[in-house]
Amino acid sequence: MKRAPVLMAMTCGVIAAAANGAPASAGVLDQVKQRGELICGSNPGLAGFGVPDDKGKWTGFDVDYCRAISAAIFGDPDKVKYVPLTAKDRFTALQTGEIDVLVRNTTWTMTGDTAVGASFTSINFYDQQAFMVRARLGVKSALELNGAEICVQRGTTNELNLADFFRAHKMDYKPVAFGSAAETVRAYDAHRCDVFTSDSSALYAERLRMTNPAENIVLPERISREPFAAAVRKGDGQWFDVVRWVGFGLVAAEEAGITKANVEEKRASDNPELRRMLGVDGKLGSGIGLPNEWLVNIVRAVGNYGEIYERNLGENSRLKIPRGQNNLWNKGGLMYAPPIR
Amino acid sequence: MTTTPSTPANQPPAHGALARPPQQAPGLIQGLRSLVATPLNALLTVLALAIAWFLLRPAIEFLFIDAVWSGHDRAACLAGEAGGETGACWPYIARRLGYFIYGQYPEAQRWRPNAAMALCALNIGWALWPRAPFRGAALFSFVLPFPVIAWILLYGPGFSGLVAVPSNLWGGVLVTLVISIVGIVVSLPLGVLLALGRRSQMPVVCAASTVFIEVMRGVPLLAVLFMANRMLPLFLPPGVLPDPLVRVMVGVSLFAAAGMAEVIRGGLQALPKGQYEAAAALGLGYWQMMFTVILPQALTLVIPGIVNTFISLFKDTTLVTVVGIFDLLTTIDVSSRDPAWATPVTASTGYAFAAIFYFICCYAMSRYSAAMERRLAAAGSRS
Ligand SMILES: N[C@@H](CCC(=O)N[C@@H](CS)C(=O)NCC(=O)O)C(=O)O
Repeated sequence: MKRAPVLMAMTCGVIAAAANGAPASAGVLDQVKQRGELICGSNPGLAGFGVPDDKGKWTGFDVDYCRAISAAIFGDPDKVKYVPLTAKDRFTALQTGEIDVLVRNTTWTMTGDTAVGASFTSINFYDQQAFMVRARLGVKSALELNGAEICVQRGTTNELNLADFFRAHKMDYKPVAFGSAAETVRAYDAHRCDVFTSDSSALYAERLRMTNPAENIVLPERISREPFAAAVRKGDGQWFDVVRWVGFGLVAAEEAGITKANVEEKRASDNPELRRMLGVDGKLGSGIGLPNEWLVNIVRAVGNYGEIYERNLGENSRLKIPRGQNNLWNKGGLMYAPPIR
Repeated sequence: MTTTPSTPANQPPAHGALARPPQQAPGLIQGLRSLVATPLNALLTVLALAIAWFLLRPAIEFLFIDAVWSGHDRAACLAGEAGGETGACWPYIARRLGYFIYGQYPEAQRWRPNAAMALCALNIGWALWPRAPFRGAALFSFVLPFPVIAWILLYGPGFSGLVAVPSNLWGGVLVTLVISIVGIVVSLPLGVLLALGRRSQMPVVCAASTVFIEVMRGVPLLAVLFMANRMLPLFLPPGVLPDPLVRVMVGVSLFAAAGMAEVIRGGLQALPKGQYEAAAALGLGYWQMMFTVILPQALTLVIPGIVNTFISLFKDTTLVTVVGIFDLLTTIDVSSRDPAWATPVTASTGYAFAAIFYFICCYAMSRYSAAMERRLAAAGSRS
C-alpha cells in the first residue's frame, strides 16, 4: 500500500486544521438548557462511582453528581445523557464538545488543568493510590516489590505514579497495562501479574468481584494523592461556576444539616444563612443562571454530600469505604465549601 | 425444486464446478460400530471420551451441578457455608436479562424492539425457508422496507408519533443484532459491486474498488471503528455529526463489504471462462450476464465463505465496546461490576451466558449454510 503515507499525511493535516477551529465553547449552560439535557462524561463501570443497576439505570457517586447538576438546572435529576468514557478518551471527549462535563473519578492535576483543555471545578473525593497483592506472596510493604509485574490501567495517573514510585525508590518493575478496568482486573485475577495498582477506592470496588477477596491484601503504602474533581471545557466562566457551585452546594448543605428529608422544613427557617442558601432570600441562584431554588432542587433529588457518599460508597453501600479524608473539615476531613453568600 | 437429499453413497459426483458439501453422517448403528471396529479405533474412542470427560465435567459442574438457581443479590452466590466456591450465579442473569437484551431502552417502550425483532424473525424465516412463496420479495423486503420500519420502530423519529428513544439508550442483544443485521444487509450487495468493480475493464472503477478493498482489509476493524468514532467528528463541521451508532454501523458495514468482495471475487474467478463466453454468445449485456448467469453460480460456489464472513462480522460486533457502545458483551461486562452482584463467579456466569448466545447464533448460521449447500449440490447434480 504505497498510498498509505500520503493518506496519513492528509489525515493529519485535516485533524490539525479541525483542532484549530475547535467548537466555540461559549454558553454551555444555554446550550444545555436549549437541548433540555445535560451530557455527562461518566465511567464505563466502576462499582460505587458509576454502574448500571438491574434496570440499566446508571447509579453511583459520580452519577449522582451529574444528577445534581441536572437538578440544579432543570429541577429534575434525570435529564442527563451519560457518555461512558475510558481513561484515555475522556479529555478528547471534553475538548471536542461531545460532553458538557466530565465526572469520572478523574484526578485533578496541573497537566489536566493546563494542557488538555479542561478546567477542574471542585473536588468531590480525596483518594490515594495503593497496591493490591495476593496474600500468599507474603509481601508486607510496597518497598518489597522490586522486580514485580504490575497490572495498571493505561492512560491514568496511576500509570504515571507507578513509574515515579519505582524510580524514586530505585526499584525495577514490569508494567502490564490495559485499556479498561475490566481487562486489568481480569489479568490480575488470572495471575498475569503479581500486583494490581489503582486508586484505593477502585481497589475496594474491584475486591468485591475477585476470586477469593480475602486472599488479596492492600499494602499500607499510599503512593499518591488523587483528588477526584469534575471538569469542564476551558473558557466558559459561567458554566465553570455552575458545576463548581453545585459541588460546593452539596458540601455546604451537609455542613448546614440540610438533608433530603428536612429540606422543605429548613426552607421555612428564619436562619439567614439557610434562607440565603435555599433561595428564600437573595438572588444567588439566578446570579449564575440557575433557578433561585437550585440547592433545594439538588438536595431534594440526591441529598447532600454526606448522603450521596453513604449511599454509594459508605455505610449504606456494599463498599463500606470509611469517610476518612472525605469527611467535613470540622469532622476531621478535607471537605470544605466556601460560604454561600 | 424438490429437496429430498440423496444419500451420499449413491449420489453421483457433483456437477460442474459445484463442490461437494460436507458428507452427511452415516447411519447411527454403523457409526457406533466403526468406533470400536479395530483395537486401535477402540483405544482412540476411549481416549477421546476421557478427554471429553475431563473437559466437560468442570463445565457441567459449573453450569448446572454447583450452580445457584435462586437469590436476590450477591449473598446468594458467595461461597457456601462449606467455604467452597459456587458455580454459575443464574439469578444474576435472570435479574439482569432485561438489561442484557435491551440495554437502557425504557421499559415501557420495550414492545418496540420486541416488535422489530419479531418482524425481523418473520422476514428472515420467509426468506430462508426453502418452500416459502415469493422468496425474492422476502429478500427485497429485508433489504429495503424492513430496515426502514425497524428504524422507525426503534428510534421513534418525530413524525412517527412514538416517543423518541435515542440510540445511546439501546444496548445488549438489541445493539448486537442491529449492527450485525445492518452489516450483513449492506455488505453483501456492496461486496458484489466491489468484486465486480475490481474485475472491471474500466480503469477508474477498478482502481477505486481495489484501493477501497485493500485499505479496508489492510487495517484492523478496531482502527476502522476508532476512525469512525473519533476522527469523523473532526472532519465534519459541528452539528452534522451522525449518531454514534450510525457511525459504527457504517464502519462495520464497509469493513465487512471489503472482506465480502474478496470472497465473491474468488467465486467469480473460479467460474470456468466458458460461462462468460456462453453468456456473451447469447447476446446478454453486462448486467444481464452478471445477474442471470454469473453471479448466481459464483455466489453459490462461495456460500461457505459468505457465511463465514457473516459469522465473523457477527462476532466482531463485540469490538464496538471500544467506542462506548454497549453491545451484549459490554452490558455483561459492566454488570459484573455492580456491587449488588459482584462475586468471584459473576463475571464467569456472564461470559458463559454470552458464549451460549453467540454459539447458538453462529451455529444456526453455519447449519443453515450447510443445509443450503447440500440442497444446491443436490439440485446441481440432477441438472
Ligand atoms: N484517578 C485516576 C484513575 C482513573 C481511572 O480510570 N480509574 C480506573 C479504576 S481501575 C477506572 O475507573 N476504570 C474504569 C474503566 O475504564 O472501565 C485518573 O484520573 O487518571
